[in-house]
Amino acid sequence: MPVNENVNADNGSAAEAQATETKQWKPRIVAFCCNWCSYAGADLAGSSRLSYPAEIKIIRVPCSCRVNPTFILKAFERGADGVIICGCHPGDCHYSTGNYYARRRMALLFSMLDYIGVERGRTRVEWVSAAEGARFSQVMNDFAKKISELGENVKVGDLRCRQ
Amino acid sequence: MRRIGVFVCWCGSNIAATVDVAAVVADAKVQPGVVFAQDYQYMCSEAGQNIIKDAIKEHQLTGIVVCSCSPRMHEATFRKAAAAAGLNPYMVEIANVREHCSWIHKDKEAGTEKARVLMRAAVAKVMLNVPLKAGESRVVKRALVIGGGIAGIQTALDIADAGFQVDIVEKNATIGGRMAQLDKTFPTLDCSSCILTPKMVEAKASENIRLITYAEVEEVGGFVGDFKVKIRKKARFVKEDVCTGCGLCMAKCPSKKGLNEFNMGLNNRPAIYIPFAQAIPNVAVIDKTQCIKLNTGKCGLCEKVCTAKAIDYTMQDEFIEEEYGAIVMATGFRPIDASKFDEYSYSTCKDVVTSLELERIMNAAGPTGGVLLRPSDGKHPHSVVFVQCVGSRDVSGRGKPYCSKICCMYTAKHAMLIRDKYPDVDVHVFYIDVRTPGKNFDEFYRRAAEQYDVDYIKGQVGKVWEEDGHLVVRGVDLISNEQVILNADMVVLATAIEPDPTARKVANMLTASIDTNDFITEAHPKLRPVESPTAGIFLSGVCQGPKDIPETVSQAGAAASKVIGLLCKDKLTTNPCVARSDELLCNGCSCCEKVCPYGAISYDTHLINDHGVKETRRVALVNEALCQGCGACTVVCPSGAMDLKGFSNKQIMAEVEAICL
Amino acid sequence: MRLPEAEIAAVVKQISGSDVKKCMKCGKCSATCPAYGEMRFHPHQFVTMVARGRVDELLKDETVARCLSCFACVERCPRGVEPANVVAAIRVIAEREQGGSNFVPDEVPGLIEADGEIPQQALVSAFRRYRK
Repeated sequence: MPVNENVNADNGSAAEAQATETKQWKPRIVAFCCNWCSYAGADLAGSSRLSYPAEIKIIRVPCSCRVNPTFILKAFERGADGVIICGCHPGDCHYSTGNYYARRRMALLFSMLDYIGVERGRTRVEWVSAAEGARFSQVMNDFAKKISELGENVKVGDLRCRQ
Repeated sequence: MRRIGVFVCWCGSNIAATVDVAAVVADAKVQPGVVFAQDYQYMCSEAGQNIIKDAIKEHQLTGIVVCSCSPRMHEATFRKAAAAAGLNPYMVEIANVREHCSWIHKDKEAGTEKARVLMRAAVAKVMLNVPLKAGESRVVKRALVIGGGIAGIQTALDIADAGFQVDIVEKNATIGGRMAQLDKTFPTLDCSSCILTPKMVEAKASENIRLITYAEVEEVGGFVGDFKVKIRKKARFVKEDVCTGCGLCMAKCPSKKGLNEFNMGLNNRPAIYIPFAQAIPNVAVIDKTQCIKLNTGKCGLCEKVCTAKAIDYTMQDEFIEEEYGAIVMATGFRPIDASKFDEYSYSTCKDVVTSLELERIMNAAGPTGGVLLRPSDGKHPHSVVFVQCVGSRDVSGRGKPYCSKICCMYTAKHAMLIRDKYPDVDVHVFYIDVRTPGKNFDEFYRRAAEQYDVDYIKGQVGKVWEEDGHLVVRGVDLISNEQVILNADMVVLATAIEPDPTARKVANMLTASIDTNDFITEAHPKLRPVESPTAGIFLSGVCQGPKDIPETVSQAGAAASKVIGLLCKDKLTTNPCVARSDELLCNGCSCCEKVCPYGAISYDTHLINDHGVKETRRVALVNEALCQGCGACTVVCPSGAMDLKGFSNKQIMAEVEAICL
Repeated sequence: MRLPEAEIAAVVKQISGSDVKKCMKCGKCSATCPAYGEMRFHPHQFVTMVARGRVDELLKDETVARCLSCFACVERCPRGVEPANVVAAIRVIAEREQGGSNFVPDEVPGLIEADGEIPQQALVSAFRRYRK
């Protein structure tokens, strides 16, 4: 493969600078996983040794519909850089309809968050079944990559409290 | 004052290799509320559990955190240990530092850091745990088996044998399933019918088994121990209790052009038919799309000839509503459609058949009376080519990514049977790998190659076409590294198997998890292989994954024993992690009632003492027996009155804060 | 210029977009190949040899020119390996390695000014084959 070495060299120093920068900043990502599908999918990713970044921490909830928007607001207020909610595939919810509620709620919440300055890329809803360990890992890697690209998040908070 | 104990498991080297357990213990010790922390090699072992029990007693712990494997694995174990030491079992939280941490991170520093955070989150949560008491629910002493193939029959027989009532719901007009279509079974070459039909008869004769054939599950409600199921019994247009199965109607029916499903469409059947001679129940059924009387109003011949007066053209679908304590899925499989693989010319050449079609051709009760004849011209073939892995191990999107497991063995069986009966027929088998793990399986395959001179060719077939009245097969022999072109009279495709298309619909009704290939997911791939993660739902046969008859029968028995274990109980403890409404905060808006999928929320108007102010208010009430604890209501509650025990708003908030610290 | 042995497999993967490790050695590509008889190395061998880093032998062999690019193997491979694209990638590498026999960009304006009759397609393919 033809490689332009000059270009590579230029990129090298820039990449290096970026690397030192990312070393200082580590993204904080909260993943809400429903007990029946996604949490089990995460378990399967684990037992299949399919890695994803350690910055992602999982909170177990019974169903994606248990995720109260305030949890997400709290996460961003405390300095989270990304929040992902994982549930069962549409139609496969253990509680029949929970993931539909989650989907609608989050659509509203995410557009509001976008409005107040938390970019769309920092929030996500994904469906991962209990058998999709590989998909779980892939989704998490993808999300972590996106968050790294977006960089550090601006803390959401009451401006009056900051003064 | 909370007194929390933290226990960090090494899990041998599973956790300890990538997580510095000592560092996690040290960090745990300085967490507010933590009064005790210790690590041990195997926390789930007896010695490990004793460490927990002793610590609870010695340090008067009010809550514990175990940093170990997934709560789906050992939460119940540690809850039991806590209860044995006198601690409320719901004062236990698990930090999943194995599946979610040590197993996926290679860097010990990162792994340790994450384990610490997960531990802190669990400590933050357990600080807010409150003792919960599990309630009790009843167990209906009756089981439902969905699917009447060998898996369903065996499960039902075993449950019935233990003295419990079982209903089998079968979508076809007879039980028997795929096994009834088979000619011989590997590796013993037993006649399939000879071993299946006695079981079918036994199922019909059993006092404890009710067969509901030509029926489908319509609706499922309730939960473990107390399912409520609505079954649609499709109109047969023949009175089941009156028909004698004499078959006169079949002979007289003028509409004879229906494809015989039992013979894989290789011959025709009349509009009124009994699927096969040994069908159970041995009762006719009318195909309403094909019946002249039902479509035009004229004919009525079968009614005239029926001496038993069993025909009823006005019959409608009926609904049966029944309660069950347990449900077994035994929905089985079907072969995939071979016409997707145009290179094998299945849809254009009659002499290209699938293995299940060959099974019918070889069967004495099949369309050719058990004589091997080419479907195109009914002549004796002189050369048969088998192609394995048609659609199995295929990620191109046309097939299935998994190995269908049974094809290697049935192909060896077919090859052997043909060579045995017709020594003049050349048999070639194209294979990718011959997979024969099973008792006497490899010996069987070797016998086909060594004693019966079956020509096994390592390689695949690229194209099959018709030329001068015979088939030409172009394949590759990878061992001799040459392309081979063979003339053949018949080509047999070992098509992949897939779950029956009804499985997804049924699984959705049962809220059983399903994988990307539509196989039903088991609660644990190794330790709970016949249970679905949804309590009270059990798995039997191919609906869980490809398997042969012996495996299906043993799994069917295992599922039955699990069902019996459940039905033996008089009461079940219910999940105490259910919703609870704070009547002082509730404003009676009915938001929660609308989102509840179980109808567990009702309203009550009564006198409430709100900090001295006595008022009559309408407030939400949760029926704890019905609530399954999804938490949908907690989020819609505008006043924050609704909360979920075990996953309360405060608890999850505490976890979020601990993680984002 | 010759690429180091170790890099070639990666380059083949990059050019062809196909992952030879996905191959399960069923041989369907070779079973399906209409030019099988013309080749010294057959489609399944191409895949295996690339996987083992034996690209040199393929580059020297004229088999690369025998592939008809009919894509029957790509169509029928159950694992999505795309053998024809692997062959095409080897062909591209071989062309790039021809080095001096191709244009260099500086020569191009001269060629056009000299007789202005060079066909556009030849120009385009010259650029495609030009190596930096």
